[in-house]
Amino acid sequence: MNSGHILSAFDTDLERIQSHMLRMGGLVETALHDAMTALEKGDLELAAKVRSEDQAIDDLEEEIRQEVERVIALRSPTAGDLRTVLSVLTMASTLERCGDYARNMAKRTFVLEEFRYSSTLNGTLRRMSRVVETMLTDALDAYVDRDMAKAEDVIERDFEADQIYNSLFRELLTHMMEDPRTIAPAMHLHFIAKNIERVGDHATNLAEQAIYLVTGSFPSDDRPKQDVTTVNLTELRDG
Amino acid sequence: METAAETAAPKITAKNVDVFYADTQALHNVSVDIPDRQVTAFIGPSGCGKSTFLRCINRMNDTIPICRVSGDITLDGQDIYDPNVDPVQLRAQVGMVFQKPNPFPKSIFDNVAYGPRIHGLSKDRAELEGIVEKALRRAALWDEVKDRLDTPGTGLSGGQQQRLCIARAIATRPEVLLMDEPCSALDPIATAQIEELIQDLSSRFSVVIVTHSMQQAARVSQRTAFFHLGNLVEFGNTDDIFTRPSDSRTEAYITGRIG
Ligand SMILES: Nc1ncnc2c1ncn2[C@@H]1O[C@H](COP(=O)(O)OP(=O)(O)OP(=O)(O)O)[C@@H](O)[C@H]1O
Ligand SMILES: [Mg+2]
Repeated sequence: MNSGHILSAFDTDLERIQSHMLRMGGLVETALHDAMTALEKGDLELAAKVRSEDQAIDDLEEEIRQEVERVIALRSPTAGDLRTVLSVLTMASTLERCGDYARNMAKRTFVLEEFRYSSTLNGTLRRMSRVVETMLTDALDAYVDRDMAKAEDVIERDFEADQIYNSLFRELLTHMMEDPRTIAPAMHLHFIAKNIERVGDHATNLAEQAIYLVTGSFPSDDRPKQDVTTVNLTELRDG
Repeated sequence: METAAETAAPKITAKNVDVFYADTQALHNVSVDIPDRQVTAFIGPSGCGKSTFLRCINRMNDTIPICRVSGDITLDGQDIYDPNVDPVQLRAQVGMVFQKPNPFPKSIFDNVAYGPRIHGLSKDRAELEGIVEKALRRAALWDEVKDRLDTPGTGLSGGQQQRLCIARAIATRPEVLLMDEPCSALDPIATAQIEELIQDLSSRFSVVIVTHSMQQAARVSQRTAFFHLGNLVEFGNTDDIFTRPSDSRTEAYITGRIG
């Protein structure tokens, strides 16, 4: 934003809600990373930590919501200030959802134990998680730096995350068809993959908020939807 | 989306208006189209020329000897600075409420009846009383003054005096109403009543309001003009000005970064 407000307390308010939102972003990044590490290593202790620390993310969201309410009531923000406030509110709720996905992944940590023989599956999941973690980090950086190119890039990369998810879905389906004993763990694994994929969608939303903050409008949604698992399912059954 | 203002002919058109007070230029090349049946708000820091521009529209600047106005201003396509235009007649068509309440040293009744009388708007006393009551009611003052219409207007409180001036301005049924910070001396209730009146009046004619309250401009107007240092910086739909202003000076002003 350009120069400061004549009323400097207004600047302090805006800085505070933004820094709280970014702190939330940091917690979510850690949660997602730890949830994936816990899964890979079968580290139940780390998984338990992810599950318990989700409370801190929820609390921050509530705190941000109250602060935003106060800023709107007392400062009547307009134009760029209003977009700052609205984007912080939206991003906080998006991050809260991402925290829930990480917690949900942590809850299912035990399953990879049963799937350890499938190293390709493991690798695919790790690759997807890495793509999504970077998307999340870059989306938050794009917000801080008001970096439109970086935000656009995050939106582009959601395509990659969707593709990995689609191939993982296909792989899981094959496993289940070949060996019904894998159905239970495969279902869990599918939920995990879906959670990661959803975090990717949310990282895209965060990047869109960064664009909205600067330009006042959202990028046009002309990307084709990349979740083609409904098609895959029919293909697999028929073919 | 196109608004009615963009498609219909403007009520007032100003082209390349310059205003000087002696050697000091107060307005620089201002051009603007003011729509009919809508509220247009003028905003901007103190001294930027809002009142000066408002006074051009009904030739009030003629009464300031050192003031010189150039450029074209038309009302319904007619040049208001044409030598054949009678400024008194023009001011009945283009009413004005000033920044400071200025009731005449006459009774409340006579203050409101003044315009209708000189313009012969009533055929008898009963009709005149009707006009006065209606104007006072619409200015949200009737209940407070109905029992003392013959007492001096100057004996009212500041906020009541302002509403009296509004009643006086609307009693002649103007086509355009210019209001220079009409609510600056009013409490929140009277302010809300005047804002309601402004909405109501704008269904029939063009209202131009100067205000220092961003919230008021946002609440009452459809179009907003932002003035800065004697220049018209930005003029557009109020929704856009308060959400996505295109000039960085407008944004700085409405978000409270420049005074
Ligand atoms: N009668 C006058 N004689 C000399 N200079 C004047 C006169 N009226 C206004 N000015 C000057 O013209 C400039 C614009 O004044 P104007 O009253 O139009 O500002 P404004 O935008 O209405 O300000 P405010 O919000 O404080 O009412 C100022 O610099 C002011 O000093
Ligand atoms: Mg003024």
